[in-house]
Amino acid sequence: MTPSPVLRAEGLSMAFGAFKVLDRVSLDVFGGEIVGILGPNGAGKTTFMNLLTGAYRPTTGRVHVLGEDVTHLATADRCRRGIARTHQVPRPFGGMTVFENVLVAARNGRGDPSGDPVGLAWQVLEHTGLAGVANRKAGSLGLLDRKRLELSRALATGPRVVLLDEIGGGLTDAEADRLVALIRDIQRDGVTIVWIEHIMRLLTECCTRMICMAGGAVIADGLPGDVIDAPAVRTAYFGAAA
Amino acid sequence: MTDLTITRSSTTSRITLGLLVAAGLALAALPWINGVGGSGRAVALLVYVLLAVMWNALAGFAGLVSIGQTLFFGVAAYATIRLSDAGIDPFLATILATLIGALLGYVTSLFMVSLSGGEFAIGMWVLSALAHLCVNLDPLIQGETGTSLIALNAYDVETRAALTLWLALAFTAVFMAALILLLRSSTGAAITAIRDDEIAARSVGVDVLRTKRIVFVLAATGTAAAGALWLTSNTSFQPKAFFGVHWTAYMLFMVLVGGLGRIEGALIGAVLFFVIETLFGAYGAWYLVGLGAVAVLFALVLPNGLWGWIGPRLPGEAIPTGYFVHKKEGRTQHVDG
Ligand SMILES: Nc1ncnc2c1ncn2[C@@H]1O[C@H](COP(=O)(O)OP(=O)(O)O)[C@@H](O)[C@H]1O
Ligand SMILES: [Mg+2]
Repeated sequence: MTPSPVLRAEGLSMAFGAFKVLDRVSLDVFGGEIVGILGPNGAGKTTFMNLLTGAYRPTTGRVHVLGEDVTHLATADRCRRGIARTHQVPRPFGGMTVFENVLVAARNGRGDPSGDPVGLAWQVLEHTGLAGVANRKAGSLGLLDRKRLELSRALATGPRVVLLDEIGGGLTDAEADRLVALIRDIQRDGVTIVWIEHIMRLLTECCTRMICMAGGAVIADGLPGDVIDAPAVRTAYFGAAA
Repeated sequence: MTDLTITRSSTTSRITLGLLVAAGLALAALPWINGVGGSGRAVALLVYVLLAVMWNALAGFAGLVSIGQTLFFGVAAYATIRLSDAGIDPFLATILATLIGALLGYVTSLFMVSLSGGEFAIGMWVLSALAHLCVNLDPLIQGETGTSLIALNAYDVETRAALTLWLALAFTAVFMAALILLLRSSTGAAITAIRDDEIAARSVGVDVLRTKRIVFVLAATGTAAAGALWLTSNTSFQPKAFFGVHWTAYMLFMVLVGGLGRIEGALIGAVLFFVIETLFGAYGAWYLVGLGAVAVLFALVLPNGLWGWIGPRLPGEAIPTGYFVHKKEGRTQHVDG
């Protein structure tokens, strides 16, 4: 018998006005997976993530977390059920310090409110490498640290699943290696990961499974090597270059 | 295990607290120094402070831009008249009217706070206009003719002025303290997060609606206190003078010129407004034109208001709501090597 998924999307569709962005996308993500999502710009990846977290209401379809239907729940409630995310364009609380940013997440985002949020927030910062700038205003951070802050806040909510939206862009090789190591750490701590990324190398190094989206649908799903080699993926993703 | 220390105050904040307490004491002594006239102006200053600080909490922190806070200002003044007419001591009536404002704020919050920005702003104005109409229907008020808080005549002029001033000071201190404590509480960081980015706040689990409602009710109550005080200080109640849109303009002016989203900004915005009014208020229409010009000037030169310029130049937060975290690294010196 197959284990039940940590996160389940069931026939999710989304339209902005008459413009259909997602067409009945279904996906089961199982505990311990690192699922990479690739796809050309405009494929609907971020929109898919917004439907999973409740930032948008789907036109049709349902979302389940740990077997519970959360489709009717608001983003904050889903966060407390265990779905955390990073934003493709970082959204720091600019007037607050890095530490305060993470503290807000530790206090509000945890399903289980026991534990000391101050200590937890600090632990997360040490883990993600931001402890050194804990007292800096988040608005003064560079892009790289803003992305790390996104990840730190997500982790501070004590998630079961983390949805990452292009947090690897613009990294040097060394930074990218550190990020991959960090993501693996997080997974080892029992957190399931869904990672939208353009940088193929990061996904192939890290992922246990890969998905390709194009034109609002999943066009391939399988082991990273197989997905990259699939003809449909090559035409959709690499386009004329393939 | 971890040696974390959290610091939540600084020399700057201790000096600020000292200055605020000194200013409060100086105002409290005014009845002996300056008599009735001085007390009246001091109440005006405190009413402006209350209005600015509360409007700033609402717009600057909760992102709820209301152009109808006169709902609470006017209804509290009206309630004071009504309670006093029913035989309650006017000063007690002022306090009770503030509580009625809190109740009205709570009820209003149930359906207003979830509205989107534009709907909320206009909706508040509509509610205020409705309340204005209803108050005008009360025969006691005689339409726009208005009435007076005649029960105040039971007190002689000096006592009345001094009591009003002390009540105003007490209200201002209570509401300032309540707001600062709220912003320093665990809910406070969530409020500040909403100020900075509402969508991100939702993403990390902040219950945005609940948090906004807390701020809304506090702002409603503080604004109600200001309305009741304004009545007690000026004795006459003409609905237009309380529900009038000029109050909204004043609140906007004080907060935008002082600096949106900072308590300190609202405070100095109110003081600046008071000074301008004291110096130029007699010029009627030209005074209003001048106010508008000052607002435009600030928008161009200091878009973050006075405090947006002063705040970052201070060594610490004047009114501290944040956390400074520090980890003692006592062991590292002799462990490595
Ligand atoms: N809020 C929105 N309103 C209208 N169109 C949107 C909105 N968000 C996304 N879109 C459109 O949906 C499509 C998919 O966008 P997105 O999910 O961001 O793609 P991806 O993340 O795969 O690059 C794009 O064509 C984009 O313009
Ligand atoms: Mg995207």
